[in-house]
Amino acid sequence: MSNVAITSQPRGDGILARLSDALWRRPTLFLVLLLAPPALWLGIIYLGSLFALLAQSFFSIDEFSGLINYEFTLKTYRELFIPANLDIIIRTTLMATCVTLGAAVLAFPIAYYAARYARGKWKALFYLGVMLPLWSSYLVKVYAWKLILAKEGILNWIFEVLHLTWALEAYLAIPLIGGNSLSVSYSGTFLVFLYVWLPFMVLPMQASLERVSASYLEASADLGAKPLQTFRLVLLPLALPGIIAGSIFTFSLTLGDYIIPQIVGSSRLFIGQAVYTHQGTAGNIPLAAAFTVVPVVIMGFYLWMAKRQGAFDAL
Amino acid sequence: MRSDKRSGAPTGLKIAAAAGLAFMHLPILLILVYAFTTEDKTYQWPPPGLTLKWFAVTWNRPDVWEALQLSVRVASISTAIALVLGTLCAAAVVRTKFFGREAISLIVILPIALPGIITGISLRSAFNIADIPFSFWTIVLGHATFCVVVVYNNAVARFRRTSGSLIEASMDLGANGFQTFRYVVLPNIATALLAGGMLAFALSFDEVIVTTFTAGQQATLPIWMLEELVRPRQRPVTNVVAMVVILVTFLPILAAYYLTRDGDQVAGHGR
Repeated sequence: MSNVAITSQPRGDGILARLSDALWRRPTLFLVLLLAPPALWLGIIYLGSLFALLAQSFFSIDEFSGLINYEFTLKTYRELFIPANLDIIIRTTLMATCVTLGAAVLAFPIAYYAARYARGKWKALFYLGVMLPLWSSYLVKVYAWKLILAKEGILNWIFEVLHLTWALEAYLAIPLIGGNSLSVSYSGTFLVFLYVWLPFMVLPMQASLERVSASYLEASADLGAKPLQTFRLVLLPLALPGIIAGSIFTFSLTLGDYIIPQIVGSSRLFIGQAVYTHQGTAGNIPLAAAFTVVPVVIMGFYLWMAKRQGAFDAL
Repeated sequence: MRSDKRSGAPTGLKIAAAAGLAFMHLPILLILVYAFTTEDKTYQWPPPGLTLKWFAVTWNRPDVWEALQLSVRVASISTAIALVLGTLCAAAVVRTKFFGREAISLIVILPIALPGIITGISLRSAFNIADIPFSFWTIVLGHATFCVVVVYNNAVARFRRTSGSLIEASMDLGANGFQTFRYVVLPNIATALLAGGMLAFALSFDEVIVTTFTAGQQATLPIWMLEELVRPRQRPVTNVVAMVVILVTFLPILAAYYLTRDGDQVAGHGR
C-alpha cells in the first residue's frame, strides 16, 4: 500500500522538497531542529524551575515578619540539622531502605519464576500480572489499603476468623513498628509503600535475570555448589544491576511520597510531608526547598553508585 | 539447581511467586467488591449486603463528572505534547551521536526518577516567581513534562529495531524527507507511539502529587479522590469511582501490551 503511495508521489520541487534537501545536507542543523523543542521544554520548564527552587534554598525566612529574606545564606540548610528535622530525614531514609529491601525480597521469586520457568501463555500472564498493578491508579491502590487496614476491615476480620487476634495485638504492642492499630503504625505505612512500589522492582529485576544464561547455573551446580551457594555466588551478583535499577525506583519514590504516610501511618512526618507543610501552610519556601534538596542529594549519590554498577543497562 | 532444563520450578519458588502475584492483585480485587456494598458509613467487611444503587448515585454526581472531564482534557493535551517532544527527542538520540547525548536522555528521565514532589514544588515556585496564575495550562505543563519519558522510551526502542537502510532506500527512490517520514518512518513507529501515548495518558490521568502543586482550584479526578481519602465523606461514591478508574486504566494497558508485545517488551530471551 505505502509502496504504491511512494512511487506515485512526484519528485517534488516544492518548498517542502527543497527544505528536506537542505536539511539532509546539513545534518547538524537537522539535529538541532529535532532537539530544540524537547530540549527547550525540559531545559526551561523543568530544569529552570528546579534551579529556581534550588536557589530559594539559599535564602532564609525572617522569623518575625515571616517574609523571605533574599540574601545568600546557609542558615536554612543549618536548620535541616536541628533534631526535629534530622529525625524526619532519618525516618524517611530508613523507611525507604526497608521498603527497598522488602520489595527486593518479595520481587525476586516473581521475577525469577517469570524469567526462568514461565513460557508462552504464562510468560504473558506474569508480564501483565506485573504491568497491571504497576499502571493502575496510585490513589486507588492506596485507597484499597485504607479499606484493608480499617478497624472494621478485612485484615482484622481474617485475624478474628482465624482466632489470631492475640498475635496481631502482640505484634502491635512492639514499640516503634507497632501502634494502636495497623493503620496508624509504621508497619502499615511500610505495607502500603511495599505494595505500591513492588512492581517497579519486579520489572528491571526480571529484565536482568533474563540475561543470566541457564548454563551458568548448571555449571555452578556441576562444580558442586549447593543451590544456596549458586544463588549467592552466581545468580545474585549477575542480577544485581537489575536489583539496583529497581531499587532506584522504590527508594526514590518512597523518599518523595507524602500521600501514603499522610493516609496510613503515625502522625510523624516524612520528608514529603515536611516539604508540603513548609511550602503550604507555613509559607517557608526556603526550608521546603532545602528539604527537597535532601532526596535530590541522596538520589544523586544513589544514581552515581548505580551507574558504576551498570544498573542503567537493565532499565 | 537441577541441570535438566525441562524440569519444573521448585515448589517453594512457585509458592513464593504465586503469593507475590496474589499480594499485588488481591487489594485491587477487594475494591471491586466494595463498590457493591450496602454499607455507607464504615469500611465494614464482609459487606452486609450487595446493591447496585451506588452506581446510579455516582452517575448523577456533577462533581465527579467535572473532575473526570478535567482529567481527560489534561491527559489528552499532555499526551499530545509528550508525543511530539518524545518522538523528536528519540529520533535525535537514536540516529546520531553528539556531544551531550547522555545528558539529554538523563534530562528526559529525570522528571520521573526524582520524586514527584520535587517536580511539583519547583514548578509551583517557578509559577509563583513568574506570576503565572494556576490554571488548566499549569497542570498540563507539569504533566507533559513527566509524560515525555514514556513516549521517548517506547520510540527509542522501536527506532533501534527499525533499520536505517529503510530510510536510505526511501530517499534513493526519490522521496523527500517529509515523504520518507510520512510513508516509511511513521508506519514503522506508529504502534510504538500509540503504546507510548496510551501509557502517557494513563500516567497523566492518574497523577496526583505534581497536580496538587500545579492545580489551583480545579480538581482532577485524582485530586477529588485524594480529598475523599483524607476526609471520607461519600464512601460509596468513592468506591464506585475507584472501581471505574481501575477498569478504565486496564484497557489502555492491555492495548499497549498487545501493540508492543512482538518486540522488545516480552523478553523471551536475553538481549
